[in-house]
Amino acid sequence: MGRIKAKPEVCMGCHLCEIWCAVAHSKSKHIIKAFLYEVDKPLPRLVVEEKLPLTFVLQCRHCAEPDCVAACISGALSKDPQSGRVIYDADRCVGCYSCVLTCPYGSILINPQKRGIIKCDLCAGLDSLYCVSHCPNEALTYEDS
Amino acid sequence: MRDACDFDYLIIGNSAGAVGCIECLRSVDQEGTIGLVAEEDYRVYSRALLPYCLSGQIGRDKLYYRPLDFYDRAGVSVFKGQRAVKIDNQERLVNLTDRTRLGYGKLLIAAGGEPIRPPIPGIDKQNVYSFHSMPDLLGIEKELAVAKSALVLGGGVIGLMAAEALHKRGIDVHVVELADRLLASAVDETASELVKDALEKAGVTLYLSSAVERVQGAERLQSVTLKDGRSIPCDLLIVGAGVAPRVELAEGTGIEVERGIVVNKKMQTTVPDIFACGDCASIYNFVTGTEQNLPLWPNAYLGGRIAGFNMAGIEKVFVQGAAMNAMHFFGVNIINAGINLTGSNQKDGLRVIKEYKRDSRIYRKFIISEKGHIKGFILVGNIARAGIFLNLMRRKIDVRDFQQALLKSDFGYADLPEALRWELLQGDVILGVV
Repeated sequence: MGRIKAKPEVCMGCHLCEIWCAVAHSKSKHIIKAFLYEVDKPLPRLVVEEKLPLTFVLQCRHCAEPDCVAACISGALSKDPQSGRVIYDADRCVGCYSCVLTCPYGSILINPQKRGIIKCDLCAGLDSLYCVSHCPNEALTYEDS
Repeated sequence: MRDACDFDYLIIGNSAGAVGCIECLRSVDQEGTIGLVAEEDYRVYSRALLPYCLSGQIGRDKLYYRPLDFYDRAGVSVFKGQRAVKIDNQERLVNLTDRTRLGYGKLLIAAGGEPIRPPIPGIDKQNVYSFHSMPDLLGIEKELAVAKSALVLGGGVIGLMAAEALHKRGIDVHVVELADRLLASAVDETASELVKDALEKAGVTLYLSSAVERVQGAERLQSVTLKDGRSIPCDLLIVGAGVAPRVELAEGTGIEVERGIVVNKKMQTTVPDIFACGDCASIYNFVTGTEQNLPLWPNAYLGGRIAGFNMAGIEKVFVQGAAMNAMHFFGVNIINAGINLTGSNQKDGLRVIKEYKRDSRIYRKFIISEKGHIKGFILVGNIARAGIFLNLMRRKIDVRDFQQALLKSDFGYADLPEALRWELLQGDVILGVV
């Protein structure tokens, strides 16, 4: 199971990872169209931890023993045995926020648009990891374990 | 000769604990045989979703906690509609209601809890329901075709969830609670007040410091009389008076029972090869350091999972159990965990830091021990990233150096002292690149 890892010392705090994460999970995947015209405003699925001058990115760690999956009352969160990803099925989620209570990284974010959550899906179905590939200072990397 | 089916692993119960155990067993042992005794006739559904189904937020098909082929794919033999009536731990057999006898190598008791029915005259009438099972839900659904007014007995989590769901279905809802405030065992006075405001604003009628004297009516209830003499006409009564651990299977086995079936950190009972988890068990509470009945979804699933590891011979301990709730009532989100320190429940050596923003109705409270460990917290309104606090609590981190930062609305790992931050995020970030 690979993971995205941040390099805090070279993170400039530009928040472009947030922008591109939101674009990656928009309908159009187009930066202009997504922010200007899509009805559901594109949302990032990661957190830029910030206490200047310190900045770094933290997103779902796709834990080996995910507390969020254990806490999920609806079966919306599951650990895919093949890929190792912690997968979120929005259709099954009721928005109880038990996962918000148990995620040790604070990486399950509350969806402000509708009752439910948003989390990193490691850009499932996309050709690259948008936060990693768009970081201008290579402060994010994907490491295979 | 034995006239029984034998299983390497036998599970009594069919909810979160059972699924946690099965999913664990199949990740470490694909060969061992698994049997499961399910008292209800349904495939595994989530009791925690019942309020969402009652309110109409989800359809009945969404109640199911795992896909239709879950047992088949996991190779589990399910004995549905059967109750385990006796454990013979000498012969390692479990007797079912239809006289089937099942042998086991390792046994997990995940029998859950039984809703409590207070001894109130008339409470056995037809349109009185608990809110704990699929049959309860189906019964309540049927009543809703004609019901106009419902009384909910109990202002705890279940009672209030039922109240909100019924309100959303257009029913006039009355909640009767013995204590002088709502959610009294889970949260403190301030949080109770915020919940009370939300319910009253929505139009739910509350009767605090009140108790039901008598349920009136012939075969069906027509009204309820309170101890203070008031009468509330209603055509549906939901009893949310708590759940008692089901421990009857432990009788005659030598399994130690306190409130629930006592287990150690490996989820083992006092009888070899018998494990227990979930609402029927008394498990290790990492906050208090004692064994307690902690009937909550995450504890049940994880307890079942840890039991599974140990049943398969892989030693693991369950040390993440504690009181914890994620709740919401009429749009007010609440998360709490650990010790609940209230006006009437003070403990030596514990300090409180809190902040209540009256205008935005945001409340945060942390209970901190002499050594600086978080022992409990309550978040109302803003629950973002609550799991970080639970993590600090589980890891017994001394928070004294940064405790004021806990009150920040966007508290995160950046707010921790450097050394602690990188220790907690070891393996998650790369340092030393420049």
